[in-house]
Amino acid sequence: MRRTQRESDDAMLSLLLAKGDGTIWMPPQASTVAGATDYVFYYILYISAAFFILINGAMFYFIWKYRRRGPHDKVGRITHSTPLEIGWSVIPGLLLIPMFWWGFKGYMEQRTFPPNCLEINVVAAKWNWTFIYSNSFTSNELHVPVDTPVRLIMRSNDVIHSCFIPAFRVKRDVVPGRYADLWFRATRTGRFPLVCAEYCGTSHSDMKADVYVHPKVADGQAKDPLDKSYDEWLKNADPYGKLTPEQYAEYTKDYEAFKTKYGGDEVMKPIVEKLAAPPERGQQLWDKKGCKSCHTLDGTPSQGPSWKGVFGKEEALADGTKAKVDENYLRESILEPNAKIVAGFARGVMPKTPLKDYEIDALIAFFKSLSGDQK
Amino acid sequence: MSSLHPSVAVAAPAIPDDPGTANYLTHEKGILSWLGTLDHKRICVMYLYGIIAFFLIAGAFALLFRTALLFPQKGAVPGGIQFLISHDMYNQLFTLHGAIMIFVVIIPGIPAALGNFIVPLMLGAKDVAFPRLNLASWYMWAFGCVWLLIALLTGGLDTGWTFYTPYSTSTSTRVIPALTGAFLLGFSSIFTGLNFIVTIHKLRPPQMGWFQMPLVLWSLYSTAIMQVLATPVLGITLLMLIVEKAVGIGIFTPELGGDPVLFQHFFWFYSHPAVYIMILPAMGVMSELLATFSRKHIFGYTFIAFSSVAIALLSFLVWGHHMFVSGQSSLLGTIFSAITFSIAVPSAVKVFNWVATLYQGSIEFKAPMVYALSFIWIFGIGGLTGLFLSTMSTNVHLTDTYFVVAHFHMVMAATIFVFLGGLHYWWPKITGRMYNETLALAGCLISVIGFNITFLSQFPMGSNGMMRRYYNYAPEFQSLHVISTIGSYLAGVGFFVSVVCLVQSLFRGRKAPANPWGAATMEWRTPSPPPWYNFETTPKVEDPYDYDLLKYNERTDSYDYVGRPAGAPRPAH
Repeated sequence: MRRTQRESDDAMLSLLLAKGDGTIWMPPQASTVAGATDYVFYYILYISAAFFILINGAMFYFIWKYRRRGPHDKVGRITHSTPLEIGWSVIPGLLLIPMFWWGFKGYMEQRTFPPNCLEINVVAAKWNWTFIYSNSFTSNELHVPVDTPVRLIMRSNDVIHSCFIPAFRVKRDVVPGRYADLWFRATRTGRFPLVCAEYCGTSHSDMKADVYVHPKVADGQAKDPLDKSYDEWLKNADPYGKLTPEQYAEYTKDYEAFKTKYGGDEVMKPIVEKLAAPPERGQQLWDKKGCKSCHTLDGTPSQGPSWKGVFGKEEALADGTKAKVDENYLRESILEPNAKIVAGFARGVMPKTPLKDYEIDALIAFFKSLSGDQK
Repeated sequence: MSSLHPSVAVAAPAIPDDPGTANYLTHEKGILSWLGTLDHKRICVMYLYGIIAFFLIAGAFALLFRTALLFPQKGAVPGGIQFLISHDMYNQLFTLHGAIMIFVVIIPGIPAALGNFIVPLMLGAKDVAFPRLNLASWYMWAFGCVWLLIALLTGGLDTGWTFYTPYSTSTSTRVIPALTGAFLLGFSSIFTGLNFIVTIHKLRPPQMGWFQMPLVLWSLYSTAIMQVLATPVLGITLLMLIVEKAVGIGIFTPELGGDPVLFQHFFWFYSHPAVYIMILPAMGVMSELLATFSRKHIFGYTFIAFSSVAIALLSFLVWGHHMFVSGQSSLLGTIFSAITFSIAVPSAVKVFNWVATLYQGSIEFKAPMVYALSFIWIFGIGGLTGLFLSTMSTNVHLTDTYFVVAHFHMVMAATIFVFLGGLHYWWPKITGRMYNETLALAGCLISVIGFNITFLSQFPMGSNGMMRRYYNYAPEFQSLHVISTIGSYLAGVGFFVSVVCLVQSLFRGRKAPANPWGAATMEWRTPSPPPWYNFETTPKVEDPYDYDLLKYNERTDSYDYVGRPAGAPRPAH
């Protein structure tokens, strides 16, 4: 019995999803709950439109029909009508019940977690999202398989954030000091925006990520990451993590020599192809780890100092001392941002940014390239 | 008795220089006579100066950040342009726009400013029950404003008007002065509310039962109950936040074992009733405006009166609908959703009754009436879009988007427009001058149209995923943002025209007769402006919506109170 109900629900849902493209009101539908949410949205929209037209239509008709013609106009004597009052209390009241009921059902669907969800950990921090996958690969993009229930287990490093994926119609506040979770089951492949919905300060509006929904079956030939299955993507997600420490040292030391050495290797070739030169890798991290919200590359100061030309410079600090910007200074500034503050900038603005050693190496290489260009 | 009411005999405009007939504006002179006044009418005027000034400031903030929103990508992001208004300035602008509009302008707008003027007059009383408390409430308001200005001038505020923890405890902007300001403004509101409750209970003339009161008094009374019961919770919450921020006691901060969501519960326990503290007085004024300019008895008096009380009571039980995605339990969310729907019914009942009041009326399109009719349109949109937000599943999608922004601006704007309608309506009584009708109508229509353009474009933006409090946004929203900004400029022009119209009337306006609109409530049975003691003799209590009591006088273009002919039937409600 239950199963039949479930199946008929699914049938209704797929009917709704068949036309799940974006409309003037709603973004595309890309999760199993989106159809139900939109259904009640449109129910309310049509009821509201009808009432709006009814009320304002009556108003415009009355003010036209009964407009003043002179100070001695005859006016109606009617002052009340109990049946009318009861009618217009009860009928709208009845129309509200389905809104409540469908809203409740849709909400409970979102809050009832299916068994065997694929779990992905999420860390929200000013002002970026970090997704930690089962193999402890971390990324600033959310990758999920299509048609699989996914549970996001979220925590915040600082203030309240809120994870919102408009195409999935799901949203949940990420409150510091506790875990928040949400689940969804994506119904179509593609790339969708994920945004922060709870105001979190300066770069709140830049705190966004992309959601990649991967197909179930891989298309081996295609180049686009979206044509890979989730498993295949995850396996190859972190080319840097696949290098041995020795190989990594070679990569950092001399990228060209490293490429020549391993470029011909059967096993290593696909990995090497994915690696960017260390300074480029640094720029990718600047782009993805939230650095760009506050640090420009063109010399104009923003929330924080610009990165252009700082490497090797003596910086005047807020406490009156000076410091040379070298590898250790940068490492400290990334891991303990409040240890040294450059004069003219506020303390406490930059969050601690826990990066892996090899990511810090890449950022330092990027810093060097930004200063090298200038010389 | 059907004889002419005694006060009509002195209805001719008062001569300001004659001490015998000096009105409340002129019978005492000098700044100290204002700063130390206990006269409810003078306190109203002092509120009006302040509220209109802050309305223009907060409105200017909105125009500034709407200008920034013309461009999708600004600052250090790919493709970002350098713009005069930075991320941080934008955050401060919307925070101060919200905080000032809500705490300084809208909450005291109708009750403290207009209410102060009309409550005693509508009761035929000499003043409110506690005139000193009334003056204290104005000083609380003024000190609250000073603290907000201190916050603004010494580093600003960037928490949003909601002060959510732990952002507010961790930001380096001036949270403590701003909280002190909001705290004092809250007490101003409590004092006013307390005063009105006692005034309406104790100073009502013996012949005036509860159901002979003008409906605006019902709504101000309901509002006062909310002010007295809910605002202390805000006071305590803000005080706890000040202590938390100053010494880190650990009530709301998770590192210290506190709970940020607790703050949200406390905050909305006040701030949802506050929404009704803002809208209910406007609903009361609506009933006065619609009946007067239709020259017809208000329809469904009892239902309108009780719906005010119902709204006031239910408003305490719906705060959780702000928190469906915050982590509050599903059971709690469900209960809050259900109660939220139930509050839609009394609001709808009021609107239906107002429209029914128009039926078979004699409708005159004076500026206050056009403001009132705009309320039906704007509150219609604001109220109906509330349904999307009471529904849990759509709320999850829409909360914190522009859909919510547009929804509550439609509701708040409805209050602002009725405040302006009421201001125009009682302007002759307050100042003794008639404003220029054409200019007032132009101001009204321009601002209403501008407001609609501003916010109608924000509904589809929001449901498509445009988030509130965003400085940068996806380029596909740009065209709607441009439309919205143009609308806001238009609204700004409209409000400016209205202010010009009112100021101009002070210098050029025709002297106001005692009753220019033909309203049947008591404040129109004393000269405009009234003497400091309000009435020569206590006016006779009659049905506040019985327009048979008034006769049009062509010579003065105003209405004379003639009273009820002996044996004539009274309207029943």
